[in-house]
Amino acid sequence: MKSEQQYIELYKEVSTLIKQKSCKVMNDVRDEAFAMFEKVGFPSRKVERYKYTDVDANFAPNYGVSFSPLTLTPSPYIFKMSEAPVDINEYYAKVADLSDGITALNTTLAHDGIFIHVPKNTRVEDPIQIDNWLRGNVATMMNRRILVVLEQGAEATIIINDHAEEKQRFLSTQVIEIVAKDNSRLDMYEIEETTNLCSRFSNVYIKEGRDCSVKHNSITLFNGQTRNLCDVYMQGENSEVTLNGCAIGDGNQRIDNNTLIDHKVPNCVSNELYKYVLDGKSVGAFAGKILVEKDAQKTSSQETNANLCASTDAHMYTQPMLEIYADDVKCAHGSTVGVMDEAALFYMRQRGVREDEARMLLKNAFMGQVIDQIRLQPLRDRLFVKIEKRFRGELDKCEDCRLCK
Amino acid sequence: MSEQNEFVRSVAEKKYEFGFTTDVQTEIIEKGLNEDVIRTISAKKGEPEWLLEFRLEAYRYWLTQKQPTWGHLKLPEIDYQAISYYADPTAKSADGEKKELDPELVKTFDKLGIPLEERLALSGMAVDAVMDSVSVKTTFKEKLAEKNIIFCSISEAVREYPDLVKQYLGSVVPYRDNYFAALNSAVFSDGSFVYIPKETRCPMELSTYFRINAINTGQFERTLIVCEEGSYVSYLEGCTAPMRDENQLHAAIVEIVVMDNAEVKYSTVQNWYPGDENGNGGVLNLVTKRGHLRGVNSKLSWTQVETGSAITWKYPSCILSGDNSQAEFYSVAVTNNHQVADTGTKMIHIGKNTRSTIISKGISAGKSENSYRGLVKVGSKADGARNYSSCDSLLLGSECGAHTFPYMDIHNNTATVEHEATTSKINEDQLLYCNQRGISTEEAVGLIVNGYAKEVINKLPMEFAVEAQKLLSVSLEGTVG
Amino acid sequence: MLEIKNLHATVNGKEILKGIDLTINDGEIHAIMGTNGAGKSTLSNVIVGNPVYEVTDGSITFNGKNLLEMKTEERAHAGIFMSFQTPIEIPGVSMTNFMRAAVNARREALGLEPLKSTEFLKIMREKRKLVEIDQKLMNRSVNEGFSGGEKKRNEIFQMAMLEPSFCILDETDSGLDVDALRIVAEGFNKLRKPDTSAMVITHYQRLLDYIKPDVVHVLIGGKIVKTGGPDLALKIENEGFDWIKAEIGE
Repeated sequence: MKSEQQYIELYKEVSTLIKQKSCKVMNDVRDEAFAMFEKVGFPSRKVERYKYTDVDANFAPNYGVSFSPLTLTPSPYIFKMSEAPVDINEYYAKVADLSDGITALNTTLAHDGIFIHVPKNTRVEDPIQIDNWLRGNVATMMNRRILVVLEQGAEATIIINDHAEEKQRFLSTQVIEIVAKDNSRLDMYEIEETTNLCSRFSNVYIKEGRDCSVKHNSITLFNGQTRNLCDVYMQGENSEVTLNGCAIGDGNQRIDNNTLIDHKVPNCVSNELYKYVLDGKSVGAFAGKILVEKDAQKTSSQETNANLCASTDAHMYTQPMLEIYADDVKCAHGSTVGVMDEAALFYMRQRGVREDEARMLLKNAFMGQVIDQIRLQPLRDRLFVKIEKRFRGELDKCEDCRLCK
Repeated sequence: MSEQNEFVRSVAEKKYEFGFTTDVQTEIIEKGLNEDVIRTISAKKGEPEWLLEFRLEAYRYWLTQKQPTWGHLKLPEIDYQAISYYADPTAKSADGEKKELDPELVKTFDKLGIPLEERLALSGMAVDAVMDSVSVKTTFKEKLAEKNIIFCSISEAVREYPDLVKQYLGSVVPYRDNYFAALNSAVFSDGSFVYIPKETRCPMELSTYFRINAINTGQFERTLIVCEEGSYVSYLEGCTAPMRDENQLHAAIVEIVVMDNAEVKYSTVQNWYPGDENGNGGVLNLVTKRGHLRGVNSKLSWTQVETGSAITWKYPSCILSGDNSQAEFYSVAVTNNHQVADTGTKMIHIGKNTRSTIISKGISAGKSENSYRGLVKVGSKADGARNYSSCDSLLLGSECGAHTFPYMDIHNNTATVEHEATTSKINEDQLLYCNQRGISTEEAVGLIVNGYAKEVINKLPMEFAVEAQKLLSVSLEGTVG
Repeated sequence: MLEIKNLHATVNGKEILKGIDLTINDGEIHAIMGTNGAGKSTLSNVIVGNPVYEVTDGSITFNGKNLLEMKTEERAHAGIFMSFQTPIEIPGVSMTNFMRAAVNARREALGLEPLKSTEFLKIMREKRKLVEIDQKLMNRSVNEGFSGGEKKRNEIFQMAMLEPSFCILDETDSGLDVDALRIVAEGFNKLRKPDTSAMVITHYQRLLDYIKPDVVHVLIGGKIVKTGGPDLALKIENEGFDWIKAEIGE
């Protein structure tokens, strides 16, 4: 039996219960999503975008599925999906691609979700922060759903932190849909600090209007097996998008980032920078496609993926792709897998810096290029500290997490 | 370079220039593919039993496989039963005597500028000319024989040097490698065989010229090059086909074995008929080329200029097994009208301190699609491996596509792998500058594109470089303005 | 202080040093002169322990310790400092962090507590003034975007921070104009204590106008072929190396 079967059976058993706990907008697409999941199942490694992650194996173990209710701190911008102050029918499950097996499953099983709404011409000063705590007495599966709508001229910063309880297995799926309407600005940070026992499948879909600026940062500090997909559809002119990411792996960790930036209209700019430092037996994968459609003239796009393999058993797969159908464009990508600069190491050692310390400094500097771009100063400072601790092996995975204190 | 060099022809006509057919008596076997056809081919060539077995095994494997769908291209449904798998333009006449070369055939190759008659061969190249399926004549054979270099058709090699062929055939590209490799292994008709003995430097460029002439025939040539320790050879391959409305199938295999301290340079100028402006006809060029750098310090360099074919699907690759071996891939691919090219390379690093360089230049015009697809793989034992890849695409016109799909699989922490790619349109300031100096836009595009491709063209032997430059300009005529 | 005996060294399998004998006592300054490719830089790299170079024979002792058994950083902690001919740029690593790491590693090796941030910054400030190096360079990554002169000055600044007992100046004068050369050399002289020794590698006399050598060696073909006083450097400045080559029959 392939592992999707248990989820199909599960849904058949509990669909009534889920629907009771959930709300109309989510229930309206649920059966359609389920039908799609039954049809497509989990993507195999033969599916190009999933070639570096064994989805089936991750979903095969037996997990208890969590349907516990969300707890939200009251905020003028954050709502439960069921309590959305505006009609979200036109957004929910409309930005996401249901034909993706993970998205279909999430849409089938998610019973509640978070709706972030920033009204027209509103600038949210303080970052909107969402902390996900994975906890449970048994191995647990969570299906998280987030919808973000930035109305015209809205501005916001969103930080999503993922934490997990030690010594328990967790499997999480996440679908985030983002609608950035004309002239809006979004800074978004997803920071994963979970454990070796966590499997994460996150699909982020972003639709951008005109004159927008969206920055998405995906930071994997500590994890088990992580798969992040991020698709951006640029639908309005004069917009820009930045997708940045950094990933630190050791032990048997796996980190697979897969992105698509679809330039549908002219005069947009996209930038992408992903960096990996891999140690131990960790495996990293990066596949990023820049698609420039026929009418998207004057597109400017730069994609960079740089990687350091710090041990003999670490593996890196990288696949930067350009697919271009417009002629008046400037697109470039670069990808490197390399070793540490031996001359720089020697220079530092001549000054008396211990070799391991020198290596640590170089790794920090390597990641610095991504972190430097973070606009939110306190977060930037905090990440610098965390990354250094991570490289020193001192990162207490739960230092910010109230669960373990 | 001699002006009399027939090989370097002026490319004056604007249409596909090599699109003439030759009226020679050609023996074509019945269309269709089955075990009997394979037995017939094998029998006609008087092959030993082991080779027939090899063909049949490949055929049986092929039957279990499906045509690949993964490229950035759409292969048309190919009716493999509507193709004739063997065409022999040197067929015996009714009285059963093999004729001297048909004068028409000699004329054909003359038109192509192939110095079939040695007295015409001022270019100092030894040529094996393959028309349709059968190797027509190999020039300069005796001269090469003095150095114990073998350069002959693969059919002849099977007869004369069966042990060598048996040892290496299918050792680099096994028939299970892919769908078209299996097909070729089942039905390959002819091609060249090159064997350079130890410590021998081949004194001249070796060259094969391929031409598909007969209607509804496929060409399935097979080339095998073996370079023993310390030897060197430079090998050139040229291709043309007449204009036909139907697609012609070309599924070739090239295998190269490079031993310790040996070096092979393989250059291709591919100018198969690309189809007309509306995308009718043209050659389907589905080729598996691979070199195995078995020896330490061995070197292999692929240089290709691809301007023809309706569909090109080829990835000349290198397996770098020998420590310190070095591989290069230099490519210019031009697509115009409705042409589709999905081409690139694979560099598989296995030995220590192996190095590879990939330079790819794609130029798309008209409604064509041009993709670079490449794999750089560094195995866990390939300490100190290095790769540098650079893939640039140039777009001429707003209806074409240019794509880059590099894959890098790195399993060794001492490897250094760098890939960079850019896509842009032709520089308008450069065009204006040329225009201001009185150069027409069309001519300016030719100049600029040639400049763009120079890094690759410079890698070609002189005779080919000149031809390639002209081809580039001709292929792009009418694309701007 | 430093004693080299019959030193042979190779790089990528090629023998560069073919038997060097050299003794430098406390407080002495030795100049090493020689033609390009003579092995001057190899000698200094071997002393500091560049892993690219392999010692195939001979010994180096430093204050009685077998240097060849020590790691690069241990040699640094023991008091050896090299001013590099071309100091490398290290993007992303700030000068301040780098120096803090270096100073504290040395203190740790000497059994001292790491410096507190304020103390460290105070020392940085003092030393910076001493060698007249701009504060703005301290906020940048190590050597990144520094001019040739700034890089060399930065080397002397680091020497000030690390207070070595033995300095190697590897062609510190290359790429410097006269004013920069003077500042760097004066910086070195200011920092030098009576028992500080140094090995100065140079092509030219002009650096030796500022840093006066006690002994001058000529290195040709991987061997020291001539040793003399300061006047030897002057003679080379005027007459080149040919007369020495003639003497040794090359």
